[in-house]
Amino acid sequence: MKSALTSFLIGILFALGLGLAGMTQPQKVVSFLDIFGNWDPSLIFVMVGAIGVHFILFRIIVKRKTPVLTDCFHIPNKTTLDKKLIIGAALFGIGWGLVGYCPAPAVTALATMTLQPFLFVLSMLLGMVLYKFFAAKAKI
Amino acid sequence: MMNYLYPLLGGVLIGLSVSLMLYLNGRITGVSGIINGSLSAKKNDFLWRITFIAGLLVAGLILKSFWPESLTSTIVRSDAVIVIAGLLVGFGTVMGGGCTSGHGICGISRLSLRSIIATLIFMSLGVLSATLFRLYFGGAL
Repeated sequence: MKSALTSFLIGILFALGLGLAGMTQPQKVVSFLDIFGNWDPSLIFVMVGAIGVHFILFRIIVKRKTPVLTDCFHIPNKTTLDKKLIIGAALFGIGWGLVGYCPAPAVTALATMTLQPFLFVLSMLLGMVLYKFFAAKAKI
Repeated sequence: MMNYLYPLLGGVLIGLSVSLMLYLNGRITGVSGIINGSLSAKKNDFLWRITFIAGLLVAGLILKSFWPESLTSTIVRSDAVIVIAGLLVGFGTVMGGGCTSGHGICGISRLSLRSIIATLIFMSLGVLSATLFRLYFGGAL
């Protein structure tokens, strides 16, 4: 299926970008966040580069009726600023700042066959499952 | 100079990737959402997610072969801290509906207020977390 294949290739491109950017080096991310310590602000250019490109292309792409290979665009349309957004983002930020891994770089780093990424990714998956479990129980 | 150039170029690659994903498949590249969605995806929705994740892994292998320093971690963290961090990232990204790619890149690019706020929050808490960790534990990198 073409979508699956292109998704695979895009995943490769995306993670090569992460590697080039330095996002797969947790020490670089921690240094970026440690603004009062040994601050390395260079990772801000990852967002500059990424948003710079995508901001422009997004506008052009969504003018199309449909994507090239699928029937419709799946673009989130929630607008509410709710507790889940705020608390969720906060919890994510705390975890991110603790070790400097966020989801994609951690998965990419599994290739090193070292403990840190494996432990992180397994815990991350568990965290995802736990949230869904508790959310279902609390019906939120 | 190179210190800033590589992140910029890496960012451009990332921006191109997420644009391609939208253009070809109509999907937002929010990696936490792609992973989380793959855990409970229905048949039609599963394949593109798993192949994307496979792509991340293959890129990892490519990086490991040609540029292993890009994947090298020098942070010193106990297993417990890694586990806690992972749990927080997993739990938080699903609760908050996104991560650095979903909210930070895709959401901000389309001027989503939810994403702008989420990004400001996770960036601030990231700074707080990294700072406090250094103050209390010496933050060995």
